[in-house]
Parts: sequence; structure tokens; C-alpha cells
Amino acid sequence: MTLLVVERLLKRFGGLAATDSFDLAVETGEIHAVIGPNGAGKTTLINQLSGEIRPDAGRIVFEGEDITRTPAHRRSLLGISRSYQITSVLREFTALQNVAMAVQAHAGHSFEFWAPAALERSLTQPALATLRQVGLADRAQTLAEKLAHGEQRQLELAMALATGPKLLLLDEPMAGMSHREAEGIIALLASLKGRYSILLVEHDMDAVFALADRITVMVYGKAIACGTPDEIRADPQVHEAYLGDEEADA
Amino acid sequence: MVERMGSARFWFAAAFIGLLALVPAIAAAAGEPYYVTVFSRIMVFGLAAVGLNLILGFGGLVSFGHALYIGIGAYSVGILSFHGVTSGFAHLGTALAAGAMLAVLIGLVCLRTSGMAFIMITLAFAQMFYFLAVSLRQYGGDDGMSIAARSDFALVSLDQAAVLYYLIFGLLAAALYGLHRVVHSRFGMVLRGCRANERRMVALGFPTLRYKLAAYVASALVCAVAGVLLANLTQYASPAYMQWIVSGDLIVMILFGGMNTLLGPVVGSAAIVIIEDLLTAFRLGLPWGIDAIVSAHWMALLGALIIVVVLALKNGLYGWLVAREAGAD
Amino acid sequence: MTSSLFFTQLLNGLQLGILLFLLSAGLTLVFGIMNFVNLAHGSLYMMGAYFAAAAYRWSGSFIVAGLIAVPATLVLGLAVERVALARLYSRDHLDQVLTTFGLILIFNEVVRFVWGSAPVYMNVPSALAGTVSLFGLPYSAYRFAIIAVGLAVGAGLYLLIHRTRIGMLIRAGAANGAMVAALGVNIRLLNSLVFGLGAALAALAGLMAGPIFAVQPGMGEPILILTLVVIITGGIGSIRGAFYGALLVGVVDTVGRAFLPGILREFFERAIAQAAGPAIASMLIYLLMAVVLALRPKGLFPVKHG
Repeated sequence: MTLLVVERLLKRFGGLAATDSFDLAVETGEIHAVIGPNGAGKTTLINQLSGEIRPDAGRIVFEGEDITRTPAHRRSLLGISRSYQITSVLREFTALQNVAMAVQAHAGHSFEFWAPAALERSLTQPALATLRQVGLADRAQTLAEKLAHGEQRQLELAMALATGPKLLLLDEPMAGMSHREAEGIIALLASLKGRYSILLVEHDMDAVFALADRITVMVYGKAIACGTPDEIRADPQVHEAYLGDEEADA
Repeated sequence: MVERMGSARFWFAAAFIGLLALVPAIAAAAGEPYYVTVFSRIMVFGLAAVGLNLILGFGGLVSFGHALYIGIGAYSVGILSFHGVTSGFAHLGTALAAGAMLAVLIGLVCLRTSGMAFIMITLAFAQMFYFLAVSLRQYGGDDGMSIAARSDFALVSLDQAAVLYYLIFGLLAAALYGLHRVVHSRFGMVLRGCRANERRMVALGFPTLRYKLAAYVASALVCAVAGVLLANLTQYASPAYMQWIVSGDLIVMILFGGMNTLLGPVVGSAAIVIIEDLLTAFRLGLPWGIDAIVSAHWMALLGALIIVVVLALKNGLYGWLVAREAGAD
Repeated sequence: MTSSLFFTQLLNGLQLGILLFLLSAGLTLVFGIMNFVNLAHGSLYMMGAYFAAAAYRWSGSFIVAGLIAVPATLVLGLAVERVALARLYSRDHLDQVLTTFGLILIFNEVVRFVWGSAPVYMNVPSALAGTVSLFGLPYSAYRFAIIAVGLAVGAGLYLLIHRTRIGMLIRAGAANGAMVAALGVNIRLLNSLVFGLGAALAALAGLMAGPIFAVQPGMGEPILILTLVVIITGGIGSIRGAFYGALLVGVVDTVGRAFLPGILREFFERAIAQAAGPAIASMLIYLLMAVVLALRPKGLFPVKHG
């Protein structure tokens, strides 16, 4: 079934429409990539889907429910999880504490004042498991601010995964990573296919074409094309607007 | 965060608390009952600063209006005593109830803002209650009111300085231990997470406002208790307890003692009170009337010291020990 | 409650509002540009008042006092900004608050050291000692002059901010300082300029307030807190917010204190009204601020950030 439907989403900043009557649909279990030139409005899109920004018009429907007005923290509890393009972790905490915090957010309320959270196995076990999944298990006790850039991106992903979401909104998870590091993430995302639904914003075209079931191309806030990787590769409009420039860079 | 056994910091903390426990005995031996009063004062303001530190050090919420709750505590004792209610339990109960109610209302308004706006708004609300207290003429108005007798806690009489001292000590120790548990609990982690990166905490699924509000109320209640103790110590309730300078002093105590620690605020309180006492009695025999200038205008030196500490010693004096150790990890 | 009494109190409220506007204009602009609230702004107001009182005593002329006090405070403000405050722009708010707190303590003691703790009195200049006739009612000429000067300064400020190039830079900087800096404008210099302007306005307020309020150590902080209420209610970073907020706060506070106890006596029995009247009147503007914040957390005229 269609997990996420975005209908005619509109967001203006002053005179500029960052999201311009944007349509999108993510099917359950698919990896749906959103690509487009810089400034196309992809992060603003994710911010509206996660609830950090309110759209000016349009609808967001998740699992059949209209969540356009639902606050951000509720969306997370409904099963929508996101990662950030610019690493946004809890710098003074260890990697394990970061991921355990994500687990804790979905493990009932936190009005517990006595027992140490670090000793709660129901928090630390799943957190360690997620760290293992992204390949950071050996850095569990390292402070987040002391992790290397690539490791911080892995931590970003771990935190998004640890909440047990149905839909992952990933904003350039491989940003600033070396080729080898990116390969690790690509393998990880491939392993998630089917179990999670993923909306993937990325610039790394190799990753996008390797992973995506479908691709939506976003230019100046509008969706100008949507289809399978082959269809997109062949689309002349897309070439003109976007892929042409990418090939020059690649 | 947890004082590791055997580290320099642990020994300092143990020595400090040990010293506090022994003050009445030392004072009696030295024939200086004044020490008991001074250290009672240190602990009362230390308690208030510990309360504030829950939201300031661990939560990142800089409230410039927490002296308000000290005033609530003090006036609970004052007003009830004025009307003939001398039960300490009534005093404490009223202080906690009034403090909680006000903290919820004020917190709900203030916590909609952040950063500098939050600081300014907390300052404004404290000022509001300062003016309220000043306008209550039947309760002393600007001058405040003296309190005939200390709170009556049935089993214990607080008339003896040492008894009051140990009550304060007991409550401070309880607060420190409670804070220790809270900081490491689920609640404490959420609060610290909000300080580290609230945006991410919300994205993870935490309804952060209710946790910040709960912490704000808890810190207000600790200050209210400190207010009850202060009124007992001085046998006086005055609007001066709620002045913006007192709120500022609490923050300075946390700065001097170290924000990210449990005991820091108490150390800072000791530093401030001792500096004030030393400087107001400054008599080193220096020329050009410097002695008189220092003892009359010691607050300027305190101001200068604050500026120096802010610009140079980022983690406070006690916290500096902590940072040294963390760096050695 | 007679209408002439009401009219007088209304004008007094305007006069207080004008003083608050002079103080809040500079404060709110600096906050908008550098995201920094200078809590020692009240100290600059105090220094302006003391410089004015001293110069007035020495020269006998109110105008000369102003010509000395305003530039002196301007220079002092700039010196403090360069030496102490400039380091704090990149620090967190706690550090900023603590440093300005320390400055307040220092300024209050310096003033106490030089001029003593007792209030210093400034006489109303003899040319303005009488009354003027407004709509047939007499009103203090001096207070009227304050309103006139304040409105003139407000108009000048409006022209500066909205009609000059430098004003455009200030507005842009207040809306998005980082962006303006990225465009190559020397944001530090711009901020110093605004800071100096704010100090001058504070000094002018101190000069004019001298004959009305007592000039004494610690006079700056109660006014500062009122100023904070103004910019919170009006909207941080916004000159328009500062203007309307200041007038609102000034009028509500003055008229409230004058008439609320009387109004309460109409509805409640005497004892309650006697007790509650002054109490509520003194809290009125803070309650107003709370209501505004509850409805509009960013104030009445917030600056829209880019």
C-alpha cells in the first residue's frame, strides 16, 4: 500500500517557493530517491515531512492519516524517522548514549527519576544492536564529538534507525564521506530494503541508481519527473534540467 | 559526572562535605558561634543554587529569576507566622504548593521562548513579584517583616542554631543525592539531551516542553525550600530576597563552582559568601585608604572577578578540576 | 476620576513611554544584529544621568549638561563595547549575562565611590519650570518638553532607519546579521555604530529623567527591566515594536497605578481594594507582557527573520 502521500505541497519563503505544488508517493518497502540540483528545496521538503516546518498549502498523508498538522515529535512516534544533512547528534554524549536516547524516546515516558538509564538493558541492548548494524559497535563508548566525520554520519543513521520507524527520511546520509565509507552505507541501506520504507535525498548518483526503486526529480521546488531509474535516465527533461550537469561533474 | 572513587575530585568533595558536617563542632570548640551562621547561609544559598543548576547546568535554561521562589518560601513562613500559624509543616507545605503553582504558570509562559528572550522574561517575572511584595504594606512592604519564632516542626525545635544547621545540612544532602539520581535517570538524560540538541530530541519523538516544565518546577521547589530555611535562619522575610541581584548571585555561584557538577553550586556559594565576608572586613593596613575603599565597594571587585572568570575560567573553579580529569581520559 | 486627571496621567504615561523608547531603541537594534542583550544598558543610562547632573552643577546650563553628557556616555559606551563586550558576541548567552552583570556591579560601585550613595538632585531648568496649556488644561512644561524631544528623536530615528543607506544596513543587519556580514558589510563596525547610538539615546534619557527621578546608584536596573518588558512585548529587534511597546508600557503602568485602586474600590469592598489595588497596579505591565507572550510568543511587532 502507499505509505506516504504528498499532495501539492507548497512552502514559500518571502517571494520564493521552496516547495512548489510538490507531489510524491512512497510505497511500503521501497527506496524512493529524491534528486535535484542544489537549492532545489530537498531539505525543506524533508523538514516539512518530519514536521519541523509547516507547509503553506498541501497535504501529507501517512498510512492513510492526514498528518499535515501533526507536531514533529508525534510524527516520530507514528513511525517517521529522519536523519540530518548536517550532522545533528548529541555531541556531549557517547555514541551508545545517543542511540539509547533514540530508543528511549519510543520506550514509554521518561518521567523516571531514580533508576540510572545507563543500566536499563531494554535501552542499551537495542542501542548496541543498532550500532552493530551500522558498523559503529566498537566506538560505542566514544563521545560523539570525538568521532570522525564518517562515523558521525553512521551515528546519524543509527539514531534514525533506533526508533524502529516505518519510514526513514534520509537527508544526504553520505554527505562528505569518502568513497569507501559511502560503500558501507550503500550496503547497509540495501540491507534495509523491504523491511523499511526509505525516502532518500542524495547527490551521489552511483548510490541513487544502485539503491532506488523509484526516483523523483526535484527542480526549483517542483517534481518534474518520477519513475524507475531507467525511465529517469532516459527522460530528456531530466537530462536538460539536472543529469546533464551531474555528468559533467562525474 | 559521577564522582569516581579515589579521584582528586572525589576527595575534594568528600572533604568539603565532611567539613560542612563538622562546622558546629568546630565552631563550639573555637568559641565562634558566628561560623554556624555563616555556613548555614552558605548552605541555604548553595541549596538554591543546586536547585537552579538542575535547569541551568544540566538543562541549559538560564533563569535570571529564581530568587522569586526563594521569596515565595520566605514569605510563606512570614505571612503564615504573621497570622499565627507557626507549624513548620504548614510553612513548608504552603511554600511548595505556592511555588509549584507559580512555577507551572510562569514556566508555561517562559518556556515558549528560548535563548536571551527566556533570560529576559524570567528576569521580568521575578521583578513583578518583587514589586508585589513591596506593595504588600501589611506584610512590611519595602522593609520586609520580621518573624517572631522559627518554624515549629513538632519534634524538633529550631531555636538552637546547631539544630537549624543540621536541618539545612540534611536537606542539602538530600537534594544533592536526589539530583545525583535524577541526572542519571531517564528524565535527567532527556533534560541533558535538550540542552545538547533540542531539535534532535524533538525529532526523536520527545515532547520536550513537558520535561523542561517539570524540571523548571522541580528547581523552583528546591529554591522555595531554601527560602523557608532562609526565613528561619534570618527570622526575616523581605522583598530583597527576590531582587534581580540575588538571582544573579545564584548564577554566579554556579559559575564559580562549576556548572556541570552536582557539588559545584555549593562550592560557589561558599566562595561568594566568604569573598563578601572577607572583603567587607578588609583591614590589611594598606595606604591611601584602600582598606576603606575595598570594604565599602567590594561589589566592584566581585564584578571584576566575575568578568575574569567568565572570560578565562570557562568551567568554574570546581568544574576546572573536572575538566582536568576529563582531559586526562 | 475626572477627565482632566485622566488626561494628565495619560500624558505622564506618554512621557514615561518616550523615555522607555529612547532606552529600548538602541537595545533592541543591538540585539537584532548581534543577538546580544546588553544588560549594562541601564548603567549607561545611569552614567548619562550622573554626567548630566555633574555638568549641570558645574555649568548651570541644562543644554551644556546635555552637550557634555551625551558624547561622554557615547564614548564610554563605545569603550566598554570594544574592551569587554566584543569578546562575547560568539559566546553563549550565559556568559553574556554574567559579564554584563559584572559590569553593572562595577558601574554601581564606581558611581557610589565618586558621588556617594545619596541621591543627587537636578533641578528642572528654569525655562521649563512652568506649565503649558494643552486643550485648555495645564501640564508641566518640562514633561511636555520630554515628550516633544522624544518624538522629535523618534522621528529622526525613523528617518535614519527607513530613509538612509546606513539605516537600510541596520535594518538588514537586525533581520539577519550573518547574511549581511556574508555580503561583505563590516558587521562589527555597524554594530559599534548602533551600540554608540544606543548609548547616546540612553544618555539623553538619563539627562531628561534626571530632574524627575532621583539620580542614584542602582537607578539603571529597574528602568532596564522595564525596557526588557518593552522589547519583549513589542518584539525583539524591531524599532516599531520598541516604539509602540514603550508607549503601551508607559501608559498602562502610569494610568494603571493612578486609577486601578480607584476602579477596584467601585467593585470590591474597601479592605480588599486597599490591599489589592496597588499590588495589581504594580504588576500590571508584567501581566500585560505575559498575555502578549501567551498569544504571540514573538511580541506584537516581531521582525521577520530571513
